[in-house]
Amino acid sequence: MSKDILIVDDSPSVRRMVTMTLSQAQFEVHEAENGAEGLRMSRTKRFDMVITDQNMPVMTGLEFIRAFRGEPQNRGIPIVFLSTESAISLKEEARSAGALGWMQKPFEPTQLLAVVRKVLG
Amino acid sequence: MSIRDTFFQECEDLLAALVDGLAELESSGQDSEIVNAVFRAVHSIKGGAGAFGLDDVVSFAHAFETVLDRVREGDLAVDGKLLRVFHKSSDQLTDLVEAARDETAIETTARDSVLKDLETYLGDQVEEEEFSFDALTLDVPPALEIPAEDSASRGVYEILFRPHAALFSNGHEPSLVFECLSQMGDLTVELQDISIPDFELLDDSGLQLAWRLELTTFDSETVLHDAFEFVEGLCDLEIRPLTRPTDPLPTIASEVPTPQPTPSSDKPQTKSEKEPKAPKATLRVDLDRVDRLINTVGELIINQAMIAQRIEELDLPGTSQVLNELEDYKLLARDIQEGVMAIRAQPVKPLFQRMSRIVREAGEATGKPAKLLTTGEGTEVDKTVIERLADPLTHMIRNAVDHGLEKTDTRIAAGKPEEGTIRLTAAHRSGNVILEVSDDGGGLNREKILQTALDKGLVAPDVELTEPEIDNLLFLPGFSTAKEVSNLSGRGVGMDVVRNAVAALGGRISITSDPGQGTTFTIVLPLTLAVMDGFVISVADQTMVVPISSIIETIHPIRRNIHTIGQNGRLLALRNRYVPIVDVAENLGLKSLNRLDDQIFLLVSSVSHGTCALAVDAIHDQRQVVVKSLKTSCGSITGISAATILGNGKIALILDTEEIARTGASASELAHEKLTQMEPALVDAN
Repeated sequence: MSKDILIVDDSPSVRRMVTMTLSQAQFEVHEAENGAEGLRMSRTKRFDMVITDQNMPVMTGLEFIRAFRGEPQNRGIPIVFLSTESAISLKEEARSAGALGWMQKPFEPTQLLAVVRKVLG
Repeated sequence: MSIRDTFFQECEDLLAALVDGLAELESSGQDSEIVNAVFRAVHSIKGGAGAFGLDDVVSFAHAFETVLDRVREGDLAVDGKLLRVFHKSSDQLTDLVEAARDETAIETTARDSVLKDLETYLGDQVEEEEFSFDALTLDVPPALEIPAEDSASRGVYEILFRPHAALFSNGHEPSLVFECLSQMGDLTVELQDISIPDFELLDDSGLQLAWRLELTTFDSETVLHDAFEFVEGLCDLEIRPLTRPTDPLPTIASEVPTPQPTPSSDKPQTKSEKEPKAPKATLRVDLDRVDRLINTVGELIINQAMIAQRIEELDLPGTSQVLNELEDYKLLARDIQEGVMAIRAQPVKPLFQRMSRIVREAGEATGKPAKLLTTGEGTEVDKTVIERLADPLTHMIRNAVDHGLEKTDTRIAAGKPEEGTIRLTAAHRSGNVILEVSDDGGGLNREKILQTALDKGLVAPDVELTEPEIDNLLFLPGFSTAKEVSNLSGRGVGMDVVRNAVAALGGRISITSDPGQGTTFTIVLPLTLAVMDGFVISVADQTMVVPISSIIETIHPIRRNIHTIGQNGRLLALRNRYVPIVDVAENLGLKSLNRLDDQIFLLVSSVSHGTCALAVDAIHDQRQVVVKSLKTSCGSITGISAATILGNGKIALILDTEEIARTGASASELAHEKLTQMEPALVDAN
């Protein structure tokens, strides 16, 4: 069965790139353009993995991760955090918020796939 | 649409948000919410540009973003000078994005000068931050690199791994880490279960598992650590080489310079965040589809007109139900048409936003500080109109700064603020779109205008002109008041080009000026190009349509008001002046059926040739017609702008009054010459 991945990013081009790359690799990709929408979606569907951007309107990525983790149905779902900043402090914050891993933007499709495979096996 | 296209479209939105944000910053001061929005826009452009390898955009956006970040962190206060740098940077970013989109070369000198401005605000961060985008610190083990042939270079490592409970709550799965390691070489996994207590003592929330792994691999220890990068800190980890690789290969990961962290970047956002505005739901649709729909709706309107005519011909009793339903059909068809037209309508805001840049640049080039005030940005206009207005408007705005505004000392002497104001307004008024460009400069110098026109032979030496007539000389081809063509508003384009561009859109431009107070240009445009109001007329047995927008009045003249001059020249005497008559039939190469004095005259305001009277045989009706271009099927025909289909299913040509007036004018040029020699005693107003 294909795995469901949620991408939360306000940039349509990033979402499209993620969707195209991952759906070619037989993943089912769901798009949310902000954290609030992502949260809503997670209430009706269980995702196998979540990828979220940091700089977004409505909620930042970190706020989204905290809120997402705060909901019981989302326990144990791996979250990968996207950011153009390479600051270690941010990675640490992301992790303490509940992210499993991170990836620095910009990234190549192959790199994205590698990270997803690393997370989902 | 490719991802690349999506990205550039997104860039347009982001750049618009950027311009918006900067304008807000300027008007309402330093609000953290606005600064954040501005930062986000630049940041997103950088992020996307990086993915497409647009290095010029990335490096510039990075510098811009870094300064914005300092503002966000409160290290920098926004003052007028910084705002100007931001505006310039936003312009520059726009240029870079455009250059990237069109794959054209960038103007490095302009960019470097803006970069230099930005750098003065970078503080001491610059030195610290070795910014490089090829240095991708992606946390992927380059395990797939083909190992060197030399098997002797393999090393053996012992790994002790004891996960904490937090590792699982973040969604990690140790087996995946093992899988990752196993791809690097030969791996043995051993569970260390010694610490697991008896079942009765087992605490289900704690974690007692640990593993010992042994990996034989070509990869270095650093690469090995990379496999654990996501879990580091969430586990006890020990990696010990049992035997080192004899000849360690240069590895990729260890060479990758990690960009220095920006110490202050991205702190958690302040909690005082305002209630986020719900974004308006939009849909991006291919323009072709919209145009196909518009075309079909055009057909529907024609079809409706035809049905109406057929039913009328049936001569049904007035009480007939069919007539009521036909009325409903008409209304519905009109609703659909309006709805469809609204799809093509776009707010003028992006167009106006571009103009604020023009004002800034023109102000700088001429040394006349100026600001742009806009109103009615939400006014919606057909997309084509917006596109085709960009150049004329740019020209007018440049003119307004360059020629409209006085020099700074003159302004001060006149008691005006040093900074000039250019006002750009848009509004809907009675089915038209009104655009106004005004300045608070010295007004038109009529003496100078008249002199220039005389010097260039554009008017006869002894002619008496009213003030509006003098003002309108500006629109004559070949007119330019600037003594030497300034590199700004000159560019070989005169107001006549602006006037023609407006006319091509079915609009009109006029000018008013108050000495000492400024000049206002007013452009009146139809709401849509696909439908227009027209008079259905007949000329030499042909049914044709004349756009109402070009007609000032219709006249049924009396014989003695028509004067013949020379061979072909004929004039209509009308309220103290003479108007050249253009016989439409003759002009189009048709045979005139009626004698001139039986004809009806349509008084037409020509865009570049003053007023003339078009002689036609009859006016039948006034109605909305759907404009169908002839360009693709017939090419361009002199005197005909397009065609339409009438209710009876017949095709009617739409006259290009501008063109007819122009060609007609040459025929009556002689008349023009004689005009000035005639005594005004002949005049008899009808």
